Amino acid sequence: MTTKVIMPRLGESVVEGTVTKWLKREGEQVEEFEPLLEINTDKVDTEVPSPAAGTLLKVYVGEGQTVQAGTLLAVIGEPGEEIPEAPEVAGATMPVSAPAAVEATPVSSVAPSPPRPGRQADLGFISPVVARIAAEHKVDLTQVRGTGRGGRITKKDMLAYLESRPAGPAPAAPAWEQPGSGELFRPSEEVFGGARPPASQPEAEARALPGTVQPLDVVRRSIAEHMVRSKRISPHVSTIMEADMSRVMAHRRNHKEDFAHEGINLTYTPYFVAAAAEALRAVPMANSSWSDEGIVLHGAVNVGVAVSLGERGLIVPVIKEADQMSLRGLARAVQDLSTRARSGQLSPAEVQGGTFTITNHGVGGSLFATPIINQPQCAILGVGKIQKRVVVIESSEGDGGTQDLIAIRPMVYLTLTFDHRILDGAVADQFLGLVVMRLESWA
Amino acid sequence: MPEITLIEGIRQAMDEELARDERVFIVGEDVGRRGGVFRATQGLYEKYGPERVIDSPLAELSIVGVGIGAALYGMRPICEIQFADFIHPAFNQIVNEAAKMCYRSNGEWTAPMVIRAPYGGGIGGGLYHSQSVEAFFAHVPGLKVVVPSNPYDAKGLLKAAVRDPNPVLYLEPKKGYRLIRGAVPEDEEVLVPIGKARVSREGRDLSLFAYGMMHHYSLQAAQQVAAEGIEVEVVDLRTLNPLDRETVLGSVRKTGKALIVYEDNLTGGYGAEIAALLAEQAFTDLDAPVRRLAGPDVPAVPYSRPLQDWFMPNAEKIAAAIRELDAY
Repeated sequence: MTTKVIMPRLGESVVEGTVTKWLKREGEQVEEFEPLLEINTDKVDTEVPSPAAGTLLKVYVGEGQTVQAGTLLAVIGEPGEEIPEAPEVAGATMPVSAPAAVEATPVSSVAPSPPRPGRQADLGFISPVVARIAAEHKVDLTQVRGTGRGGRITKKDMLAYLESRPAGPAPAAPAWEQPGSGELFRPSEEVFGGARPPASQPEAEARALPGTVQPLDVVRRSIAEHMVRSKRISPHVSTIMEADMSRVMAHRRNHKEDFAHEGINLTYTPYFVAAAAEALRAVPMANSSWSDEGIVLHGAVNVGVAVSLGERGLIVPVIKEADQMSLRGLARAVQDLSTRARSGQLSPAEVQGGTFTITNHGVGGSLFATPIINQPQCAILGVGKIQKRVVVIESSEGDGGTQDLIAIRPMVYLTLTFDHRILDGAVADQFLGLVVMRLESWA
Repeated sequence: MPEITLIEGIRQAMDEELARDERVFIVGEDVGRRGGVFRATQGLYEKYGPERVIDSPLAELSIVGVGIGAALYGMRPICEIQFADFIHPAFNQIVNEAAKMCYRSNGEWTAPMVIRAPYGGGIGGGLYHSQSVEAFFAHVPGLKVVVPSNPYDAKGLLKAAVRDPNPVLYLEPKKGYRLIRGAVPEDEEVLVPIGKARVSREGRDLSLFAYGMMHHYSLQAAQQVAAEGIEVEVVDLRTLNPLDRETVLGSVRKTGKALIVYEDNLTGGYGAEIAALLAEQAFTDLDAPVRRLAGPDVPAVPYSRPLQDWFMPNAEKIAAAIRELDAY
């Protein structure tokens, strides 16, 4: 009996993943639960344990290839056993329990399911000649503008594209994404059903300019989708305040060494998380999500902290119940999560469930910015660069009066970008004011 | 170069072949004194006499049978079937005897003969004077089937058929007899090789395959749509068996789309063979489904004028099919 290894679904919105490494080769023995391969989704990298003991008979999806959840990755069994011929590309709707990595199913008991449209369906019908030209010239069909019926890519579109595209082949599409046997022999209603909307004007214009096309990886595509979606759903409004960081800096200076003894590098981030968590507790409306039934006030305060991965994009691990944690606990959590985020070792659960997000754009020198809300949250706090500035402060006089003084203080701009459906300016400012107050009065 | 009609090309071919080779003779109904019901043999009886232009009884079986016997005796008969609709009584002679002669005698005997048959509708001929019979015969190995679409080919193909060492069924688009005119040189011998199609109009957008009268309409349709910017490549098949596969495939490899026009009933018609060839050997060159435009699957071309028009493909119907395929 053979056992299928299936691309797991690693989260609610995670419908595809990339095979980053096979830890076993075809023909090698593998024990049940022994790590078999590594996969990467738009959120995390994870190891997939073998669903059964036996020989890795066949690998269908090579390293670096991206497939939908539910796709057959490999087959494990005894040498000589019959194995399926082609990869079965299943749709994202296939029920695969998350985050259980592997669904072990005896081949014999699987009812043949009709093939589902893959990504190719978005392109409309791919004619044999278009398929051949694409294969011969390694054309990524998503880059070709279709002018045929319903936006179908015609032979002429292909020839025009080849003529206009810059030298050097585009990266080869994985075998199952090339319109070969599988896609072509789908039922015609599926083939003709998914007509491709014509590419937007700016896209077409951009492609007409000379240059190369940087292919989209999972992370880039995911960020793009999230950003566009967020801007579309939420009316974004930003409010900006500044905070005097003198007390925080003093506190950090005094405790840095203690923390270091425990292996914790004390940065400013835990202070911002702590201040925000406290303010979120005080202003529950800022710790909420919009729904048509009403505003969902979240019971827990889970603060996400954006971690830049450089060219690889951005990831937001979440500190659960941040309002229940001490500064030490927060500092440890920030360090742990950001370290593992950079090395790609976060689990799916660790990037989910956030109710509020902090992004520290100041690390790049930015004074203030207007970040985009991390859906379905209500607001995001942008932290600018801490900068020594000349400020006017009021000094108390002995007679009970005050005097204006010019002082040099480490200042930071804080931006709160909020969903105006949920918060109005007054409440947003109340929240941000609390954050500022907490930072300025740190003891 | 003088312009002549298609039927004049046929007449000239027979005249020249009768003069060139005394083994050549004509046999058929009313081909002698009357000069043929369509006047294809006009003047030949007077010129070559009753022994070389022979009026036969109304018996197609015997016209072809006599032809086969004479051919085996070394003669070069041209058998005229008055209408292709009446060729069926001779089916056995053509398919079982003439077509198989060379093969069954291991090449020792051949039946060098031409069977001429006016075919096709659109002439108000009704059930028994409008049929297209090419699909029946193009199916038979050993029998060559040619269909001219213009006076030059009519003359050149018929002369080539007379000289061919094996039987040739020569189908004449009778609606075009006097409708289709074209220049044919007088002072040189016109010979058109059997088995060669001709690209009669070059184009990049789609390939249109046709023969006989449908080729004539196809050129008209191609002209119409050219004004709309659609460049149709028109291929005149000329010989249905053996088919010039190279030209057919070459054209579709260029354009990626194929429209096949024939006036015979759609199902099992000759165009189906072209479609099958393209599916088998040009699959990865296709950018659209292969399209056939043909007569509907009704038992005959109706006599009623409106119904005949409904049956027959014409330039407008072809142009519409071209537009549809081009837009795919």
